[in-house]
Amino acid sequence: MDIHKYEKIWLAVALVFIVGLVATVTYGALGPGIKMVSDNGGTISPANVTQSERFSAQGRGVHKVGPNHYEVNVLARQFLFMPGTTQPITVPTDSKITFYYTSADVIHGFEIVGTNVNTMVIPGQVGKMTTRFEEPGEYGIICNEYCGSGHHTMEGKLNVVPKSEFNASEV
Amino acid sequence: MATGQNELFKDKFPTEAKAVRRIFVVGVITLGIGAIMGVLQVLHRTDKLRIISSGDYYTYLTIHGVNMVIFWAILAILGTFTWAVPRSLDRSLGNPKFTCGWIRLGLIGIILAEIAMFAGFIKGDVPILGNMQADVLYTFYAPLKAHPIFYIGLALYVIASWLAGFDYFTALWDWKKDNPDERIPLQTFIAVTTMMFWQLASLGIAIEVLFFLLPWSLGIIPQVDPLLTRTLFWMTGHPIVYFWLMPAYLAWYTVLPKLSGGRLFSDPLARVVFILFLLLSSPVGFHHQYMDPGVPNGFKYVVMSNTMFLLLPSLLTAFTAVASMEHGARQRGGTGRLGWLKALPWEKPQFSAMAFAGLFFAAGGFSGMVNAALNLNYLVHNTLWVPGHFHLTVGSAVTLTMMGLIYWLFPQLTGKDLSLKGLAMVQPYLWFIGMTFMSNAMHRAGLAGVPRRTAEPTYRLFDFHAVLGNMSEIRWQLAIGGVFLFISAFAFIAVLVASVFAGSRIDAAQHDFTIPEPLSGPEDGPLILDNLKLWGAIAVVLVLLAYGVPLMSWVTDGPLQPGAIPVRP
Repeated sequence: MDIHKYEKIWLAVALVFIVGLVATVTYGALGPGIKMVSDNGGTISPANVTQSERFSAQGRGVHKVGPNHYEVNVLARQFLFMPGTTQPITVPTDSKITFYYTSADVIHGFEIVGTNVNTMVIPGQVGKMTTRFEEPGEYGIICNEYCGSGHHTMEGKLNVVPKSEFNASEV
Repeated sequence: MATGQNELFKDKFPTEAKAVRRIFVVGVITLGIGAIMGVLQVLHRTDKLRIISSGDYYTYLTIHGVNMVIFWAILAILGTFTWAVPRSLDRSLGNPKFTCGWIRLGLIGIILAEIAMFAGFIKGDVPILGNMQADVLYTFYAPLKAHPIFYIGLALYVIASWLAGFDYFTALWDWKKDNPDERIPLQTFIAVTTMMFWQLASLGIAIEVLFFLLPWSLGIIPQVDPLLTRTLFWMTGHPIVYFWLMPAYLAWYTVLPKLSGGRLFSDPLARVVFILFLLLSSPVGFHHQYMDPGVPNGFKYVVMSNTMFLLLPSLLTAFTAVASMEHGARQRGGTGRLGWLKALPWEKPQFSAMAFAGLFFAAGGFSGMVNAALNLNYLVHNTLWVPGHFHLTVGSAVTLTMMGLIYWLFPQLTGKDLSLKGLAMVQPYLWFIGMTFMSNAMHRAGLAGVPRRTAEPTYRLFDFHAVLGNMSEIRWQLAIGGVFLFISAFAFIAVLVASVFAGSRIDAAQHDFTIPEPLSGPEDGPLILDNLKLWGAIAVVLVLLAYGVPLMSWVTDGPLQPGAIPVRP
């Protein structure tokens, strides 16, 4: 097959470019260790979520599970984050924060605006995402997957407070 | 070449010309419906001119999305191929009743789905039919439930597209019997490889609708597994975007070089590109599920690599398109390193629309690389960045190319010249201005975290902070861009309507609608490129590898488990 010289050069550059892109993603996962949403949260029956340990009224919210590790259990439903919407979620800076989330009805999104916490909330699946907030401040939480006619009202709030001010007895 | 220099397509293939005209008429109507919905949304969402209510926004959004990408884009494909296959094989499709049959079936499907979607404006129940609505967007993720006629309509429409594929396959089959030693003509090669990967990829959505959503919406099964149905959707949902692109590629490979005044650079490499699409476009759907819990990271990683390698055929196409244009420009007397650009026919909408489409596609390709990069995607997933991306690709690369192609095909399909030539000339420029405003604003809003598919530009509890520019200027650009796009779409429709009713008859002898041979013809490529059975078989294996394990594991734990009951939007 006759390929023009310039086209061969272009082909080679394109391949190097593609391999480079794959390499940057690979490095991101292995080097800095960017944690990604996977299948390690398990499954749950959407009809019975509120009877589960994690997503019952007692289970939802922030729990200290280690010296510097907190778990946050969030239940999404049309058109609320529980907690998040009626009362804010409060977590400390410089700590390992693991969000567990699921939906009681339809597919929702869970996005903490301006951060990398951005994930799907799928009924039947428990999502697990670990992060760390360096900066104290108030963050908006939005549902970014269409979930019904009130979708645009589905929002919440996350307060990140300095570790020294965070009162672990609150949680 | 196939069509005699002085014989119009409509005179040589009257049945096929009629079919193409019908398909394009329906397609352009759906484009018009989509454009009206689009401009209402952009004005509402940017808080500039509020005509609709926020609760109804999603009805408009559903109608916009389904009409634009499921109806207009696929009808554009079928219209283009129904012209290109008989033209390039130089023989009729063979069975006019069959052709007419799938067109009618598709039209019935469209009408049913439109009824369900427009019923979203009716509040409350309709006698007998109950709650008629389909406010589920074009992704119709379960457990949001639409009325059953929405799913039935879409199923009929997809079946019609399969039958169209068989129409092209049998035409090629019959042609091969008469021409055993000839290379498959390039346009037919493109149409057939495209329909092959579409048939393979659309199995996902067909299984989702026929075995899960339709029985579930009728109450025959109580629940469905949202992750399984969503995965089946994306098994079709990403290849579908390459499917949408293919008529644009067909135009860039076979018509654009001619419009530029030259010839295609290389026929064999064009075949390689379409084979790569056939092989790689199906096993990448998981890249829409990077953020899904329940999908193992290993699959996400494999799919990310596949997706990146799909850049290769697009990068090769960019080279060919630009090289063919430069060759044409130099034939027309263009000189200099970039000076040749001035020699191109920018005053002809057939050309300018396709050239702008190519530019937008390059920009959209780069924003797509960000989406495809597993970890960068966390920043932009489900933000306005994503519609910014696909308004550049399907919304401009495909739509503008089709506008240029329809301008070019119009005289061949109707025997009439275009009317309102001045309006036709500025129309692609209006689209260019509108999309430049809208897409840059959407991308920047996405970086600020502004979600897609949302009626309200602001929230109560917090404010967005733009990374580049400021939020108010971004909203203005969105609104201005949307209005330009709306005007451009209706300028296109006005030109076509005026041409149908007032276009002057053309003298076929004065026109040359032939497509010149490529600089490097098919004889320069190895025969194996034409072995479609081989490539088809490899494509099937790749799909089984990508989807077999996860689908099996979700099906074996109970195909309806963990199950979700229907929820009204």
